[in-house]
Amino acid sequence: MASVPTEYGLLLAGALFVLGLIGVLVRRNIVFILMSLEIMLNAAGLAFVTAGARWAQADGQVMYLFILSMAAAEVAVGLALVLKLYHQFKTLDADAASRMHG
Amino acid sequence: MNAVFYIAAAVAVISTVMVITRLNAIHALLYLIVSLLAVAVIFFTLGAPFAAALEVITYAGAIMVLFVFAIMLLNLGPRSVAQESQWLSRKTWIGPALLALVLIGELAFMIARGSNLSPAADVVEPKQVGVALFGRYLLGVELASLLLLAGMVGAYHLGREWGVRERVSARTQERKSARSGE
Repeated sequence: MASVPTEYGLLLAGALFVLGLIGVLVRRNIVFILMSLEIMLNAAGLAFVTAGARWAQADGQVMYLFILSMAAAEVAVGLALVLKLYHQFKTLDADAASRMHG
Repeated sequence: MNAVFYIAAAVAVISTVMVITRLNAIHALLYLIVSLLAVAVIFFTLGAPFAAALEVITYAGAIMVLFVFAIMLLNLGPRSVAQESQWLSRKTWIGPALLALVLIGELAFMIARGSNLSPAADVVEPKQVGVALFGRYLLGVELASLLLLAGMVGAYHLGREWGVRERVSARTQERKSARSGE
């Protein structure tokens, strides 16, 4: 019973990462940008798990766990910022908050 | 048996393309959940059942619930009723439902196949992951817990009501009147 070739797993991770990157670059709604960031983080985790499966070691899954906890922390702070942005500017357009108050 | 991987990969890519092309945030979220479930199936075929379970519980469960809450909070007001009826139409849920059905079919196939559940050559058991996590990577676990604490404090700080007490009480008054007006 042959297992899945490592290249295909990495290719899929790359494809998902590029899709997330396109989402970050193309969309201007900040919620969609956050979602695309999640896709990119998930693709990175997939690459780690694929590499771990290649050598039958647990390290890949450990790294995936760290990425998971980082994504959770990131999305908590990010969504709080989105709510703040919406209350301040009444819009979800990322370009609306392009000016800093120095 | 590799077909399970390829079908799940196709589902993941299709649903991810749908995520970044949707106009409605909730529609995109539905597709994103399907995409994450497909990646969970892929983890399982790669011989990482622990990562697959975590993907479903934490990503498709907790993080997506956070997203749904945030989007619901952004859609306060009378127009949310019209959106609600619009979201419940068949066009909204038929796409994610079909893609999820494909994943359920794969799951049923793997269960029906019996004995050796994971198609991977060598499965990395959760026990191995736990031993590595709390052995060699103990410092990383501590750092991750610090990061989560920082994230929690930061989210609380940002989500807090700002300004003087009068403004806060005026806002609650406003909300109360809005609620009684409904």
